[in-house]
Amino acid sequence: MTPSRRAVALIGPVALIAGVGLIGSFVSDPRAIEFEKALIFAAIVVALYVFVGNSGVLSFGQIGFFIVGAYAAGELTVPADAKRSVLPSVFSLIRDHTVGNAWSLVIAAAIGALFAFLVGIPLMRLSGLAAGIATFAVLEITQNIVRNWEKIGPGPLTLSTVPETTDLWQATVGAIAVVCVAFAYQLSPLGRKLRAAREDPFAAQAAGIDIHRQRLWAFALSGALSGFAGGLFVHYQGTINVQDVYLDFTFLSLAMLVVGGVRSLWGAVVGALLVSGLDSFLLDSENGQISGLHSPTGTRLVAISAFMAVVLVFLPAGLTRGREFSLPLRRLWRAR
Amino acid sequence: MSTLQTLIDATALGSIYALMAVGIGLVFGVLRLVNFAYGQLIMAGAYTLALTNGYNPALSILLCFAVVLGLTMTMEVVAFRPLRGTSPATMLAATFAISFLLQSIALLKFGALGKSVGTLTGLNRPIGHGSLIVRWIWIVAIVVAVAALAGLLLLLNRTSLGLQMRAAAADFRTASLLGVRANRVISLAVLLSGVLAATVSVILTVEQPYVTSDYALQDTIIVLVGVVVGGIDSLGSATLGGFALGFATSFLAAKLPVFGLGDPKYLYSAVFALVVIVLLLRPGGLFARRGQRAVERV
Repeated sequence: MTPSRRAVALIGPVALIAGVGLIGSFVSDPRAIEFEKALIFAAIVVALYVFVGNSGVLSFGQIGFFIVGAYAAGELTVPADAKRSVLPSVFSLIRDHTVGNAWSLVIAAAIGALFAFLVGIPLMRLSGLAAGIATFAVLEITQNIVRNWEKIGPGPLTLSTVPETTDLWQATVGAIAVVCVAFAYQLSPLGRKLRAAREDPFAAQAAGIDIHRQRLWAFALSGALSGFAGGLFVHYQGTINVQDVYLDFTFLSLAMLVVGGVRSLWGAVVGALLVSGLDSFLLDSENGQISGLHSPTGTRLVAISAFMAVVLVFLPAGLTRGREFSLPLRRLWRAR
Repeated sequence: MSTLQTLIDATALGSIYALMAVGIGLVFGVLRLVNFAYGQLIMAGAYTLALTNGYNPALSILLCFAVVLGLTMTMEVVAFRPLRGTSPATMLAATFAISFLLQSIALLKFGALGKSVGTLTGLNRPIGHGSLIVRWIWIVAIVVAVAALAGLLLLLNRTSLGLQMRAAAADFRTASLLGVRANRVISLAVLLSGVLAATVSVILTVEQPYVTSDYALQDTIIVLVGVVVGGIDSLGSATLGGFALGFATSFLAAKLPVFGLGDPKYLYSAVFALVVIVLLLRPGGLFARRGQRAVERV
């Protein structure tokens, strides 16, 4: 990849996200919320892509890291006077400390990375379906513990009174930051080694690549970005309940990634924004906010899943066919 | 509760899961496809039973089979066939999408409130009056599971049709060149998995008569995990895996300490921790033959 093509490949997704953020700043407030959600989903899906796309190994664990990041960021920013009622029985470490918005996001990323790293040490030895199921087990265990252990959170109750600091500006910048980190990683020596192992594990091993170690780095980075996205999400919604997100978000984020094209960063961003956009459009249409189009309640889910199924059946490599964003520069050059 | 009763309960749940595992393992065997939408086939069958409550039970069950088989073959023609040979992640994501689609259609059509099935309620009665509770339906489940597995193993390993199925699964093109009607035998295998799904809806609705749009979803997830833990590369080990996970879940639910009401709080942590340990020790599957390394097709 020449430097100019490389720059184009990064500018594409960044410009798309910035464009969505920009359009979002011109629409009404209720609709801007949907733009924010789409941008957060872009961050989630890119975080998932960092591992799944670069390694070629299926993982269901990322929403587990997302949940841990979201709860950490949320609990540490609940106002001090509300903590006793929202989090009555947590460890004093959580009860006595309150941090600002920026720090909570940093902590969410750090906890996501640490959790993914520790889990990854044994799990990254697996591949194929065994890896998929083992990471799914991690998701289930995370959900089960977060839902029940009242020392680390509100237990089965919803975590509420989290300051809603994620606005359109933060969501845009956050998603762009996640894209830039993912892009830097995939062009770094680490990313290249992992992608080589994805294409041909035997050749990569023969060339001296330690696949286990490379997967572990990607898993930890993906965990950090997932945790960060979790922080953005909890500050966007102001509340979170693990029960509502863990399965839905796992399947939705994987489906978005595959719809866009699992093998490229551009695919991750396109898949997330397109499916979110369609979802918001259909929601507005159900609520009668789009003139001339009023669909009955519930058709949104039918339409969105039908859309995903159709894309996957007809374009199994995803909408972008796993290619990075590029402009037909060379063709123009030759035409001269 | 006595340990013997716990063992009986665990065996009952295990055999229903084993029956689901046979269906999932069969489709995986011929298509290399993990069918996440399998639970929605069962859900469709269960809704059919619920909507035909007043009918003659035989007719109701017949309609259930018709609906499930129709849906299975639609899935095969519309989705599985075009997806054949694509990456496992794509196939899995496509079956997620189909599963969501069927769930949201059910939600749209039948609403969030569930419907009850009363077709074979009689089978939920316990046998005799002793202190041990054994329900008729459990006997049915165990017998059907064993018969289905044995029948399929015989079909796959002892008949020429089974040989053709295995050949089509191993190498679609070569099998076609050698005169195997590969599409037809693969469709037949998918159809058989539909027969199993319909059977599961009849059996499962006796014990869990309340049908909602996410009916059998949680069970399907656990069976999928069980199938991989057991060893998805052969039908026998996949089925044993489904049985083992159902058995372990039910057994742990009775034996772990309960804080408060319902199932033990950390039941699923315990179950999935076991899953991780087994996968780390035996990535090819707990019941996969020793020395036979798991072929990493996925």
